[in-house]
Amino acid sequence: MKITLTVNGDDYPLDVEPRRILADVLREDCRLTGTHLGCEHGVCGACTVLVDGKAVRSCLMLAVQCDGRSVRTVEGLAGPDGEPHPLQRAFSAEHALQCGFCTPGFLMVAAGALEADPTIGDDPERVHGLVESNICRCTGYEPIRRAIMRAAAESAFADPSGGGEEPAAGGRPEF
Amino acid sequence: MKPAAFDYVAPRTVDEALNALGDTRRDVRVLAGGQSLILEMHLQRIRPDLVVDINRVAGLDRLSVNDGTVEIGALVRHGVFESPQAVPGPLGRLFALAAVNIAHPPIRACGTMVGSLAWAHPASEWCAIALALDAAIEVRSTGGAREIAARDYFRGPFQTARARDELITSVRFPLPADGTGVGFMEHRRTHFCFAQVAVAAALSAQDGLISDARIGLVNCADRPIRAHAAEQVLIGREITVPAVGNRLPGGHPFARAGRIAADQDAAPLAEPYADPEYRRQVIAVLVGRTLRQAAEGVLQ
Repeated sequence: MKITLTVNGDDYPLDVEPRRILADVLREDCRLTGTHLGCEHGVCGACTVLVDGKAVRSCLMLAVQCDGRSVRTVEGLAGPDGEPHPLQRAFSAEHALQCGFCTPGFLMVAAGALEADPTIGDDPERVHGLVESNICRCTGYEPIRRAIMRAAAESAFADPSGGGEEPAAGGRPEF
Repeated sequence: MKPAAFDYVAPRTVDEALNALGDTRRDVRVLAGGQSLILEMHLQRIRPDLVVDINRVAGLDRLSVNDGTVEIGALVRHGVFESPQAVPGPLGRLFALAAVNIAHPPIRACGTMVGSLAWAHPASEWCAIALALDAAIEVRSTGGAREIAARDYFRGPFQTARARDELITSVRFPLPADGTGVGFMEHRRTHFCFAQVAVAAALSAQDGLISDARIGLVNCADRPIRAHAAEQVLIGREITVPAVGNRLPGGHPFARAGRIAADQDAAPLAEPYADPEYRRQVIAVLVGRTLRQAAEGVLQ
C-alpha cells in the first residue's frame, strides 16, 4: 500500500504492507533507528514517538494509519545545526540514562507532554505520572524526573522573570 | 511476533464502514484506538482477514450533551475524560476518577471508550461504569440501527451482544442528577497491571437517606457486573461517613454492602497473584471505600 509519512518534517513516500507497525517502518524503511523496540506490546514505552504532536506507542500503531500524518522521532529533537534539544541536555546533565535503550521513548513522552502543557514540569506528581508510562531498568527513574523538570525550567516556556541565568536562545529548538 | 497479513480499508463514512463489516464470511475487525487489537494481532491471537480503520470516518469523534444524556462517539479517546469538565456534573467527575487508571497517557491518547466497550475485557473500567449507570450502546449495520442496554450487552469475557456486522457508533449515558456522589477505586499490583478489582459507585440521597445506589464491579467475575445485592442493602439507610482518617465500623452500611458485594454479587475467578478468597477480601474493602468516597460527594 502506498503511503506518505512526514517524519521530522521530511516526506517519505513508501510502499508498505498494512501489517507493518509504525516502529518497524520508521526503523527499516525510513532508516531512522533512533526509535527503539522493547516489548512490542505497548508496555515498555521505548518506541514512543509523536504523531500529530501526541505521544503514542509506535508498536501499537500501523504505519498505514499514519498516511499523511506528521511523525516526530528522537532524531527530530535536535536543532538543524545539531544542537541538542533542552531535554537531551537535561538528560545528560542529570545522568538520566545509562544504557540508553529506553531514552528515546522517555525523551519523546516528555517532549509531547511539555509541548502540550509546559506547567507539567512544575509539579513533581505529574512528572511522576508521566515517567510511569515507560520502563527504565538502569536509572531508578529519579534522574529522569529531575531531567524533565530541569528541561521544563530551562526551556523557552519557563517564566521569563525566574530565568535569570537562561542563555540566549539563538537557534535552539523550543518546546 | 508480528501481525499476520491482512487487507486494510480506511473508510470515510459510516456507510462505507458498515459495507466493509457486512462481509461476515471473513474475520473483519474494527480498528479505532487499536491499543488492544494491535497487541492481539502481534501475538497472532487475532489474525483478521480485513481491518476496517474507522479513524478517518467523519463525525465519530463527537461528544455531545442533550436532553440529560451524553453521547460519546466511537473515536473519543480515553484521555479526553481525564478532565472532569469533559462531561458535565457528577458523570464527568466519575469519568475523570476512572480515566487515570487506564494504562498510561500514550495509550489514553489512542484508545477509545467505545473501543473498550467493544473489546469487553473483564477488567475494563468503562464497562463497569456503563453497567452501573445504565448506558446504552448504539450499534449500526447495513440492516439498520439498534440500541443495546448495558445490562443486556456483556455476555462473558470479551463477549458481547454486538453482532459481527455491527459497528458501535456511540455510547449514551444518562446524566445523573447534580447532587449525586460518585466514587471510583482500583486495586492492582503495579500501575502496569490490569485491575485485580475496581469499583465504580454512584449514590443519591433524599432527606439524609440513600435513595439510589449503583455499584459496578470490574474483574470480579468473568464479565463486568453490577452489585445488585449490595445496592439493596443501602437503599433507605442513613448516609453518613466517619470523620476523615477513621475506619468504617464493621456495622456501617458501606462495610456491610462491601461484604455482600464480595460474598453474593461477585464470582471472582482464580488468576495469578490473586486467588478468589483474596479477591473477595479486596472487593469487600474496596466497595466500602468507594461508597465512602461517593457519600462524601453527596454530603459536600
